[in-house]
Order: sequence, then structure tokens, then C-alpha cells
Amino acid sequence: MVLRAPMPGLSSPEALADALRAAYYLADDGIATAAFLALALGKPLLLEGAPGVGKTEAAKALSGILGRQLIRLQCFEGIDASAALYEWNYPRQMLAIRQAREGEHADIYRDDFLIERPMLAVLRRPQSTVLLIDEIDRSDHEFEAFLLEFLSDFSISIPERGTLRASERPVVVLTSNRTRDLHEALRRRCIYHYIAYPDPAREAAIIMLRSSAVAEATARAVVHAVGLLRQEPLTKPPGVAESVDWAEAATALSRTGAPWPDAFRRSIGAALKDEEDLAHMRPRLDALIGAIAR
Amino acid sequence: MTRALPAASRPFVAFPALLRQHGFAVAPEQTVAFLEAVRLLGPRSIEHVRRAAVATLAPHPHQMARFDALFDLHFLGGFAEPDEADDWQPDEETKIQEEGGEREILVGESVNETGQQAIEAEALAVRRLRPADDGGLLVRLARDLPDALPRRRGYRFRAARRGQRIDLAQSLRAAIRTDGEVMSLKRRRRGTRTRPVLMLIDVSGSMKGRTDANLALAHTLVQAAPRAEVFTFGTRLTRLTRVLKLRNREQALAQASGLVADWDGGTRIGDALQAFLAVPRYAGYARGAVVVILSDGLERGDPAAMIAAMRRLAARAFRIDWLSPLAADPDYRPETDAMAAIRPLVTTLANGASTAAICRHLTALGDGRAA
Repeated sequence: MVLRAPMPGLSSPEALADALRAAYYLADDGIATAAFLALALGKPLLLEGAPGVGKTEAAKALSGILGRQLIRLQCFEGIDASAALYEWNYPRQMLAIRQAREGEHADIYRDDFLIERPMLAVLRRPQSTVLLIDEIDRSDHEFEAFLLEFLSDFSISIPERGTLRASERPVVVLTSNRTRDLHEALRRRCIYHYIAYPDPAREAAIIMLRSSAVAEATARAVVHAVGLLRQEPLTKPPGVAESVDWAEAATALSRTGAPWPDAFRRSIGAALKDEEDLAHMRPRLDALIGAIAR
Repeated sequence: MTRALPAASRPFVAFPALLRQHGFAVAPEQTVAFLEAVRLLGPRSIEHVRRAAVATLAPHPHQMARFDALFDLHFLGGFAEPDEADDWQPDEETKIQEEGGEREILVGESVNETGQQAIEAEALAVRRLRPADDGGLLVRLARDLPDALPRRRGYRFRAARRGQRIDLAQSLRAAIRTDGEVMSLKRRRRGTRTRPVLMLIDVSGSMKGRTDANLALAHTLVQAAPRAEVFTFGTRLTRLTRVLKLRNREQALAQASGLVADWDGGTRIGDALQAFLAVPRYAGYARGAVVVILSDGLERGDPAAMIAAMRRLAARAFRIDWLSPLAADPDYRPETDAMAAIRPLVTTLANGASTAAICRHLTALGDGRAA
């Protein structure tokens, strides 16, 4: 196994957690360790967890502290190699063939006919980019198998051009919402971390870090309420992003003169974004707001 | 191997071996990564070793508690063999509050729940499943099912003689052969995909006579259909898909019998369905799916909960087929409050009294002949 040279200033999980904190991402020990190991061992980092716990944010923060460009590949059902890797610019190739004079050879497989997609971009510039493969669970099994090949040796073959291999292992972060089980072979190739909802103190800290306008008492109240909401059988339980939104929304409303309980109630749409969930919570909302309002 | 391992590294190599003995899939490369991780982290404390192990050996979230127990056993000299009953599932457990006291529907995936405290309304039981001789019905089901299921348009494009889109790559390739002259435009179109099947099997006391056969049928379904999910419900909800993926039917059913804790107990369909819908990961299985419910619909819980849950399920599903043993009688009319109320939400309410009847229904799903 080829180890990366230790990154300057990121010699331990704690140092990495400090750097992430400076990039406005509060990492607990588990994620700091996993991210540190992924960087040090040159393996992809696979982050799983419920929607809104900060998986994508983690990748953004990592790219921030490494000073590298984040290249995002959003997965969807039916995604294939031409969306992820590269595609030839066919109309231009066709024009080039038509324009070539008799007896002249048109090289239609030059770089300027190649349209670069995220994975190829990362292979070409592994030292300056972070590849985020977002929501891998949305793609189908064919794409997952294709990804396995890419992640094992960070090379891709373009039939007309030959095999392109990364000069060093790029930083890759994969995220999954667990809407389906990923293939074991994919998990094996990655450093794995399951991001759970943060504990209340950490979540309050995240809210205040993300939004300086929110008072500590508001952040605590929102975290308490969101904790109660997550115990309800909801279709879309609020994630950390929703907690931040709710705290900001309630703060904004209170500035316009709305009293606190009312501000929380009126801004509930920042936390619950599903009509069924709102209908389920409506009769319980007074009790919930009563429990948290100052 | 030419060199013996240093003594200090032996416990770290032995741990993945221990995991393998307990059913964890750990690849040799993960063992190497674990050793490297331990070296990188110091390790300064046993917690660093634990974090290194979790990150590199990547236990499935639902195996986390077992993983921790094995870790404690191995590195901290714990006493007991890890109990397989304590699997922790961060996003897959849910509690349902009911009026008039708290009752729980526990959601389990590959969970042996024997360690959980039984509640008053439940009769927890261990059951040995004996698949009845089906006279080759299931063999025929396995053969016919993949082609018989309804399909929907997929998102992947495939080459086709006629299609909405021009396949530029293929057209160009053809044009190169004719010196850039486009003689024929190749086309492509979106293919179709088989819809997923979600089967919910009632294992309560009133369905006792059908349970063994229904489970055997569910095993065939998981084996034959491209995408299928199977859950059982009675007083709890249990996901069986994982164990039913075992090819050998006897082994699969033996494991399933250990997994389900509420055989032949009461029925709280509404609670079970709400528990199902409350886990976003599970609720996703119903999206665009053919939902097949094998139940007599005799609800002991609150009909309102069942109606609300069925409404949410119907909003997601492609169709819901309720196959009830009671419907074998041509004079059967759904007369209980709950069944009468959900009748408009159900695409078909049909005979589920025999394996043959259910097989007939399943294999007729795709062509509009479903009863």
C-alpha cells in the first residue's frame, strides 16, 4: 500500500477536526478519524447517514481545508459513463471529418474533441481536486459496478486513446442516504463512516457556527424541538440543515416583532417540508412549542 | 508469507479473523488498511483502535452493536459471547405512540429480537417453518415471474431501430466508415425496467395456516424478481429480504424463523404499516412498486391508523394488491370498518387462500389480467 505523505498541518484526527472547525464544520471523533485515515491511506471516504446530517457538507469542508476544487458528481437513476467520465463532441467531430480535404487525415480523437466530465477531470488533476460522488445510492447497479473499477486503481480507459491513470490517488468522498444497500465490494474499497444525528450540544454549536445571528438560547430551543420531531414517525425527519434553517427563520421573524412561541410556530416550514408530516404534527405543535419556548 | 508477523501486530490481524468467524465479510485488503490505520493513529488509546477498526473494516450500521461487542471481547477481554440480539439501527428503528398507553412497533432488519422485552399484547414465539410441498408451483413461479411483472420506463438509453433520440456516437462511428457521409442515423430509446415488488406478509395467529407457504413463496419472489422486498408484520415489523436472499430455501426459512419474533400473535396492521412508512429507507421501497399484502385484514388495533397508513402507502405505490384467504369465498365482502374504508385504496382484493391462487395472481400482474 502506498501511503500519502502526511498533509501539512493535518498530522492527526484532532488536527483535522480543528482545521474542519475553522472551515465551519464541526466534526466528531468518528468522522475526523475516518476522514484522516481516508486522506492518509489514499482511500475513498464513504459517508452514509440520514438526509441532512452533513455528508455533503463534510466533503465541501474537506475540499476547503485542502485548498482544492470540489468537483461534484450528482448520481441519479440511469447515470452512465458518458455523464460521469467523458463524452466526445460528436457534432464537432463530424464537422472535422466533413471539412477534411481529400486524402487528408482528420484526427477526431484529439483533446479538443473530448468533453471532460467530473471523473475524468479528477484523474487529470488529482492534486488539485476533491471528487464528491453524491448520493451513490440513487444510481443503479450498473453504475456502481463501473465505479468499483474506477475506485480500485483510479484509471479509466478511453478506447480511442488508451488508459489514463491518475498520477496519485485523488481524494474521493462518496455519500449515500441508504435508500438501498450498497455492494459490499464498494464498501470494502472505502473508509467508511456512518454519520448519525449529532448530540444536542454539538447540534446547537453547529447552528451557532453556521449562523452568527442566532442566539444560544434559540439554538438550544430549536435543537430540543428538532430532537422531539425526530422521535415522531415522520416521512422526512428534519436534518441538521433544517435545524439551522429553523433557527434562522425564527430569529428573523422575532426581529419583526413576533413573540418567540409564535416565531417558532410560523417558521415550522423550515423544519418540516412535507404536507403529511405537517398534518401529523399540527395537533401536537402546541405541546411541542410549549416544551421549548422560553 | 516469508516473514512471521511481529508479535505486537498479532491481535490486530486476529480481530478481522474473529469478525469473519461471526459472519462479517472482511477482505484481506481491509485487514491491511486496519493495520496501517492503527499505525497512523498511534494508537494512543483503545478508542483509537476502535475507530480505526470501524473506519477500515466498515461494519454495516445494523451490525454495529455486534461489532462493538466483538471488539470488546477481543481487545478488552469481555466475558460474554456477543449477543446477536442487540443490533443498533440508527435510522431504522421507530416507536409508535398510541392513544391509551404506549405500545411499540419495533422495526428490525436482520435482527433477532429475542432479547427485547415482550409487551403484554404480543405473543412472541419461535417457530420452525416447514414449507409445504407445492407440487412445483414455486418452480413455475420462479420461471414465469420475471417476465410477468409490470414494467415502467427506465432512464437508461439503449440502441434501438426506432427511438426518440439520435445516437450520435454510433452514427458517427457509422459515418467514419463512409468517409464522413451520414448514410443512416442510429437511434436510441429509453428501455424499460421491471417494477419492484414489495410483499407484506401477515404472520398473526389468524393467518397461521398460510404462514409457512407464504414465506416459501416470498423466498421464491426474492430469488426470481429483479427487485423485491419482503416484510412480515403481526405485532411487529420485520424485514426479511436479507435472509431470503440466501439461495437455499431451507436455510433461508430457518434464518427467517429466528428473525421474526411475533409468529402467530395479534395483528396491528395500522401500526405495522405506520412503522414501515416512518423509516424513510423502507418507505422508499414502496415508491412505484407493486405492493402485495398477504393478510386477512382482521385488524385488532385502531382502524384509523390502518386507514391513514394505507392512504400514505397508496400515494407511493404503483398498485396495491390485497390477497386475503377470506376472499376465496365468492360471497366475501370486506365488512370490517378498516377493510371497508381501505377498499377504494386497494387496486385488487383477491384470493390469497392458496399458493396456487397467489402464484396465478402474481404471474398475471403485468398484462392487466390480475384478478
